[in-house]
Amino acid sequence: MPDRDVPSEPLRVSILTQGSYLIASIHTALDDGQLLRFQHDLIERIGTQRSRGVIIDVAALDVLDSFGSRTLRDIARMSRLRGAETVIVGIAPELAMSMVRLGLDLDLPTALDLEEGLAYLGSRTGSRTGSRTGARAGGAARPGRPR
Amino acid sequence: MTDQEDGAMTSTTQDQDADAERARREELLLPELVAHLRDNRTQLRREWANRITDANLLTAMTPQEVFSEATSVYDNYVGVLETGSVEALQDYARDLSERIVPRGVETDEVVGIVLLLRDVLARSLFEKYHNDFGLLNRVLDAYEPAANRIANTVAVSFVQERERIIRQQADALRELSTPVLQVRERLLILPIIGVLDDQRADQLTEQLLGGIRRHRAKVVVIDITGVPDLDAEVANHLVQTVDASRLMGAGVIITGLSPEIAQTLVRIGVDLTKMNPVGDLQGGIEEAERLLGFTVTRTSADDA
Repeated sequence: MPDRDVPSEPLRVSILTQGSYLIASIHTALDDGQLLRFQHDLIERIGTQRSRGVIIDVAALDVLDSFGSRTLRDIARMSRLRGAETVIVGIAPELAMSMVRLGLDLDLPTALDLEEGLAYLGSRTGSRTGSRTGARAGGAARPGRPR
Repeated sequence: MTDQEDGAMTSTTQDQDADAERARREELLLPELVAHLRDNRTQLRREWANRITDANLLTAMTPQEVFSEATSVYDNYVGVLETGSVEALQDYARDLSERIVPRGVETDEVVGIVLLLRDVLARSLFEKYHNDFGLLNRVLDAYEPAANRIANTVAVSFVQERERIIRQQADALRELSTPVLQVRERLLILPIIGVLDDQRADQLTEQLLGGIRRHRAKVVVIDITGVPDLDAEVANHLVQTVDASRLMGAGVIITGLSPEIAQTLVRIGVDLTKMNPVGDLQGGIEEAERLLGFTVTRTSADDA
């Protein structure tokens, strides 16, 4: 996927590593080119870091268009092919309602916030913190057990 | 062509002259009219009050009240004819409405009594001027627009006042309408009582999504035992709300679908299975507890 953006511009998404998980926070609304660059970077990172799970935090977003939601869905599918589960966290009430009204079906696992997202990935991949020692547990279905 | 235009112009000038002449005469007519109505106040007022009673209007009020209100309306009515300004009447009508709306007086009654007064007064004008048909016509020309405006003003004031009261009550109801209650950690219930209209459905969505975030809820039980009916629009709105809740990471369980609602929804083809329907509120809470991993046990077997 070629970068459409000027390469020198800082990406308005931070991708952090937490154990075997990647945590990507989108800080501002991204245009199509930035989204594609984010997708490219993230899919690449899954391979280099051998990640088992991806959390995409969209708490800062108040709009998401059809391209944006499609890209998120694509990222999840690509991640799956690279061996990582994806969960979207932090969708605000207004964003949730506007997405439903626009008929944007995310068709992805979602969780309330980062903590919930980690718990979800923990139940899917068998480790709470993303540390590599955890054994794969029988995948408890969402919603997970409160601790 | 030119002749015709000239002719038209001349007749226009004549019309203008005639108009001005008529206007001058009418200026004198109104004071005469007002004087007539003032002189016959007692008799006309009584006749009006009788007509109101005969027509079975304002039955919520006592005859004394009807008579005293009739007096005020009559005086205001004559005042409007005299000054041409409806402001005082408007204030009075609003004040009157405020007093009579809570007592169940209907719009048709209010319009009815004002039209009766209009008729009573017109009848008395007929009697006074019946010998001079031309004068009667001009008197009516002056009287009718003013009378219609008065009827209009009173009716509008009444309806506005009623709408204001209705709005006030609707606001009060809305504030009470959608509580979001936490019954366990991460478990909310939303009991809904009464008709769900568009506006309330919107409010429900707002409360629900806000509540999910505030309480970090994972499961929400919406109980609609108290909802008599659901139309397709509101049902679809509920489905959308459930989708939005899911985006925020919370599952929804809907309980208490009445037989009527179940039949309606199937007939209109709205699919609520996404909302995990459970028969009653108790079942819904139990299901939610199961999802959240709570087990509820009785500490003693006394009442088992």
